[in-house]
Amino acid sequence: MMRVYVESVGLTAPGMVGWAAAQSVLRGEAALDAANVPVFRPTLLPPNERRRTTALIKLALQTAEDALAHSRYAMHELASVFASSEGDGEIVDRICTTLTLPDRPVSPTHFHNSVHNAAAGYWAIAAGSCKPSTSLAAGVYSFTAGLLEAATMAVLECVPVVLLAYDYPLPPVLAGRGYVETEFAVALVLTAEEGDGMTPLDLAVLSGTGASPSLPTKLAALRTHNPAAAALPLLQVLARGATARLTLPYQEHLALQIGIGA
Amino acid sequence: MAFESLVITAYSTISALGHGRRAALDALLAGRGGLRPCDYPGADLETWIGRVDGIEGVALPDELTAFDCRNNRLALLGLECDGFAAAVAAARARHGAARIGVFLGTSTSGIEATEQAYRQRGADSGQLPTNFDYRHTHNTFSVADFTRRYLGLEGPALVISTACSSSAKVFATASRYIRAGWCDAAVVGGVDSLCLTTLYGFNSLELVSRQPCRPWDVARDGINIGEAAGFALLEREGEGVRLLGYGESSDAYHMSTPHPEGEGALQAMQAALRCAGLEPARIDYINLHGTATPSNDRAEDCAVTRLFAGGSACSSTKGWTGHTLGAAGITEAIFCALAIEEGFIPASLNTEQIDPQLSAPIVRTTVRQPVRVVMTNSFGFGGSNCALILGRCV
Repeated sequence: MMRVYVESVGLTAPGMVGWAAAQSVLRGEAALDAANVPVFRPTLLPPNERRRTTALIKLALQTAEDALAHSRYAMHELASVFASSEGDGEIVDRICTTLTLPDRPVSPTHFHNSVHNAAAGYWAIAAGSCKPSTSLAAGVYSFTAGLLEAATMAVLECVPVVLLAYDYPLPPVLAGRGYVETEFAVALVLTAEEGDGMTPLDLAVLSGTGASPSLPTKLAALRTHNPAAAALPLLQVLARGATARLTLPYQEHLALQIGIGA
Repeated sequence: MAFESLVITAYSTISALGHGRRAALDALLAGRGGLRPCDYPGADLETWIGRVDGIEGVALPDELTAFDCRNNRLALLGLECDGFAAAVAAARARHGAARIGVFLGTSTSGIEATEQAYRQRGADSGQLPTNFDYRHTHNTFSVADFTRRYLGLEGPALVISTACSSSAKVFATASRYIRAGWCDAAVVGGVDSLCLTTLYGFNSLELVSRQPCRPWDVARDGINIGEAAGFALLEREGEGVRLLGYGESSDAYHMSTPHPEGEGALQAMQAALRCAGLEPARIDYINLHGTATPSNDRAEDCAVTRLFAGGSACSSTKGWTGHTLGAAGITEAIFCALAIEEGFIPASLNTEQIDPQLSAPIVRTTVRQPVRVVMTNSFGFGGSNCALILGRCV
């Protein structure tokens, strides 16, 4: 078992724009208004840099900002783990379209944004963080894989880590081909050192199949349409300030057990 | 939990030097590079590439045909080289399928399948072909999902995709998972395959050389893109070259240009030495990232010189294989393992006149000599840096 602490949370999703506003929805006190779509305006990047980024990168950065607004850590102190199942469909679409044209005029900006760690690269520049940063993917299990990676890094490398799990819908031509049909991003600042107001997570990897925890209908729909929204059962418990034990599936034959707040 | 070294109990490599360790070793010792004028279909570029022969004829097993794309075909070839899949099967019997993790690096995954699908879009509808399977080919997780199924493994599995540091960073993650007890052994590695995206993408950044690439040369003018697959099995006990340490850092400087003084590279190398508990003087050989772009080599030279003061022999092996991007970390780690096991330092192929502004002591002819401890560097877009240290027990 490994213990890690949640120091701060960020969230960007339809009807849950920012962690402060999302908590009443997650506690079941307010209805989820899916028509309330987030507008991405991360302030971490200067406007000229921001213009060079994509909706996916803005989604990730804005969610990081949300978590860090309430964090005791300075951005440059944080290592990072970026988990995205799909990567940047907008960039894939633009590059693959360009590659069908005469002379194949791929844009240099699109190309450097095409790397899976593009959001992490912009984050490191904006944060001034030279700490380790890992960008990963594990299909529909990308949140679980990201949480385990971030917690393990925080504990074994003795560094606070910001985890970003984020995915953005594919563009129309690729719609239905991937895992993502709605935007969702969650940020968790994780640390091995206990502090005031932090929630402990006790993690264990178990073999055997585990079903996903049940969710209210609208939250379940988000989870169906975005791998990052596998975080929702954990976020519900954090919003309630409750104690619970959850099991999140991680591949067909493995699960991550999370003891929360105990 | 302090770092514990791990043993590489099995490994395999496939690159432009050929299929398997023997082919790579023979080429490295004979001075025979693997680059060729670009003959990748549809790429009308004047450059050289490191292409692997035989990928086109590979058939995936029936139950895994959904994963069929150039990248997973290359993965399959790599898994079958050097008895690697058989070694993993034996390890599975020792540890149990759920206790072996799979941590692989790639930069572009199976994007070639999407490139092809876009070329086949319906003229009227604009629709992609119905049989195009984006999830199993292009999705970033594809190669790890394919590999775990092919090898019958059920432990933690993920793809690390941090551009050209991807398959070096998998060693760090695997090491942490074993230390944490999430698994007892790990298949690490990387696979990246040729595609128009990288050929034309690097060309758009004016980073592609028209000639065979020349790391550290005064006339170096860019990279050659290559493809490769490599795998290593990491365990706590066994015989073989050991992973002695790793170091990771971020440049926090620019998306596609390294910090001019190599600050991030320096931090990664220092972290690796701290992790291994070694002084710089203990490093016999440094396998440079050495892409042969003017700015990359200058930055890395600055960092290496600051830390090692010219004390360790250096070379880049990009001139043999091309830059294999997400597979560069594992490919070069395996070349380092070969260097230790066989006792040689590979030359920096194609480097003729060393840039007088650069200071690292570059090995220009492959030399036979005992090699105990090596460092290998991998740096990627987004400012992602990783250095690994491999060696015999020290």
